Amino acid sequence: MCQRSDIPLSVKIKKINKETPFVMSFVFDYPHRALPGQFVNVWIPGIDEKPISVAFDDGKSYTIAVAAVGEMTKELAKKKVGDFIGIRGPYGTNYGSKSSQFIAMVAGGYGVAPLYFAAVQAIKAGCRVDFHHGARTKNYLLFADRVKKLKNTRYLPATDDGSLGHEGNCVNLMIETMNAGAKYDLIMTCGPEPMMKAVSDVAWKKKIDAQVSVERYMKCGLGICGNCCVDDLGIRTCQEGPIMPLSQIRKIKEFGLYHRNSVGKKHSF
Amino acid sequence: MAVNLSVNFCGVKFKNPLVLASGILGITASSWRNVVKNGAGGVTTKSIWLTEHKGHRNPVIIANEHYMLNAVGLPDAGVEKAREEIGKYLSWKASPLIVSIVAGKVADFGEIAENIAGLKPDIIEVNISCPNVEGEFGKPFACVAADAAQVTREVKKRLDKAGVKIPISVKLSPNVENIVTIAKAVVDAGADALTVMNSMGPGMAINLEMRAPVLANKVGGLTGPALKPIAINFIHDIYKALPGTPIIGTGGVMTGEDAIEMMMAGATLVGVGTGVYYRGIEIFKKITDEMQSWCKANKISNLVSLIGAVQRHSE
Ligand SMILES: Cc1cc2nc3c(=O)[nH]c(=O)nc-3n(C[C@H](O)[C@H](O)[C@H](O)COP(=O)(O)OP(=O)(O)OC[C@H]3O[C@@H](n4cnc5c(N)ncnc54)[C@H](O)[C@@H]3O)c2cc1C
Ligand SMILES: Cc1cc2nc3c(=O)[nH]c(=O)nc-3n(C[C@H](O)[C@H](O)[C@H](O)COP(=O)(O)O)c2cc1C
Ligand code: FES
Repeated sequence: MCQRSDIPLSVKIKKINKETPFVMSFVFDYPHRALPGQFVNVWIPGIDEKPISVAFDDGKSYTIAVAAVGEMTKELAKKKVGDFIGIRGPYGTNYGSKSSQFIAMVAGGYGVAPLYFAAVQAIKAGCRVDFHHGARTKNYLLFADRVKKLKNTRYLPATDDGSLGHEGNCVNLMIETMNAGAKYDLIMTCGPEPMMKAVSDVAWKKKIDAQVSVERYMKCGLGICGNCCVDDLGIRTCQEGPIMPLSQIRKIKEFGLYHRNSVGKKHSF
Repeated sequence: MAVNLSVNFCGVKFKNPLVLASGILGITASSWRNVVKNGAGGVTTKSIWLTEHKGHRNPVIIANEHYMLNAVGLPDAGVEKAREEIGKYLSWKASPLIVSIVAGKVADFGEIAENIAGLKPDIIEVNISCPNVEGEFGKPFACVAADAAQVTREVKKRLDKAGVKIPISVKLSPNVENIVTIAKAVVDAGADALTVMNSMGPGMAINLEMRAPVLANKVGGLTGPALKPIAINFIHDIYKALPGTPIIGTGGVMTGEDAIEMMMAGATLVGVGTGVYYRGIEIFKKITDEMQSWCKANKISNLVSLIGAVQRHSE
């Protein structure tokens, strides 16, 4: 029998939820436990296999939240309860806090999913959380209801159109919260890279430690194919990431500037 | 005192015999340098095409403790991107660079070889043995002696014409009836060295509940620990038949003792690929430490003395 397997396991979808106009969540039982920030590779035979963050692990089943943006994710959106999908992982590094820290979270897009999971763990460890949550408009604030229910958490939404909370982006909202006196021990961020770049610049200037999620085009998730390596460190975002400390982020020259596609060609953000 | 692990391969000096095998962590200069920082004596790039070539869809690599199966499908952005990455790596003056090239047609092998030679890598490896693009290009050139020789001649001819003296190592396939015949044909055609070997198979894995092959390409090349005895046997036979031809021994190397076994069979350099999955990117440092320990325990002061040692013993 195999002790170690990186071959997809078929799991049956137990529950599907439409979370926002573009994002659906899927729940399934899975035998291996995940930490916040880690991801799994989700496989649909005949279509593709893609990396997706674990949005929650309750000790028995996983929740993933997926934005339907292209072929594989749109196909996933058509799945029904009881259908099989393939899962392998979890892979990569995770978010982590010490006990009793005051943490600023800055989330955009589906990035709120792993940060929700991180918030649940941090609160268990006795931390307080300011959850800055940005989206285009109110309806796109993924997982807002879940985050609002968390203990010891201030939910701070920001929308481009001002339909809920602060009008504008969530990085500026975080700066405002800081200016109003919030003294954070740690910042965790996940979302579009230009947003995370802005967050990491603020963290660096204010000398606050930060954990940043670096997403690159991933194939194997096993540290072998090399598609997810970043310049100039050459480290692999599927192994040494996705969650990286600020000190490392500062050394990744391409962060906020460019990423590579499936054949290794550079594309600017 | 530390044992001298350095080797000379076709006139290129390597601080130790371990080279990163082609296709593993091989896409960017930064990644190559990171592998060198982790202890490799040299690196091989992912196989480079003349123009952009899309690989297969995911899943492209699956593995468990017994084997790895891959059908990445040789994705590459082509020679323009390679120029940038190779230039960057060479400017860092890290360890020797072996550039792997691939093509679907004989003439294209010559074209890409000439392009790459202009960048002055230390060695060019000619990949005529990938089992994962058969759907597109048919049986690999490495499966027929005449085809393998033709590619080799073409590459040599183009390099000679361009007036560059970069050694070429032709990478052989294990999936043939008689690998020694192919090796001889390739060396007769002008190959300076041989890389033995590429992945085996192809093989297939099926998901039971979904009744589907797991790899998107359905089949893929088998690599990992189980390859070692096959590679050892091939290297042994080729070294015996062609004692003057240096060999990059590749296939299933996980430990320092595996590497020494490859060298005793006849390899001068030892490729490590799938081992990165089993022992992490630190595998290069781990293996060289283990080679040091073995050599010390067995009173070997110079690693080179072990190359082909088994042959002398069996004579
Ligand atoms: C560590 C990590 C965690 C992720 N977590 C989530 C998540 O929780 N929810 C979610 O909705 N999405 C997540 N993604 C993004 C998700 O992988 C892509 O949206 C998905 O791959 C798109 O595939 P597609 O076939 O639907 O679309 P495509 O049309 O193939 O791609 C659309 C865009 O998605 C990106 N993408 C495509 N393939 C990959 C790949 N193999 N690796 C990385 N990016 C790719 C590219 O930027 C591409 O332009 C995550 C990505 C990474 C790397
Ligand atoms: C994921 C993967 C990708 C590979 N890609 C290439 C390639 O692009 N060119 C090539 O010549 N060999 C390629 N190979 C073959 C390896 O270079 C090597 O010959 C083979 O894996 C056996 O060695 P190993 O057991 O140490 O991995 C690849 C192997 C793997 C596992
Ligand atoms: S995804 Fe293959 S090395 Fe990271």
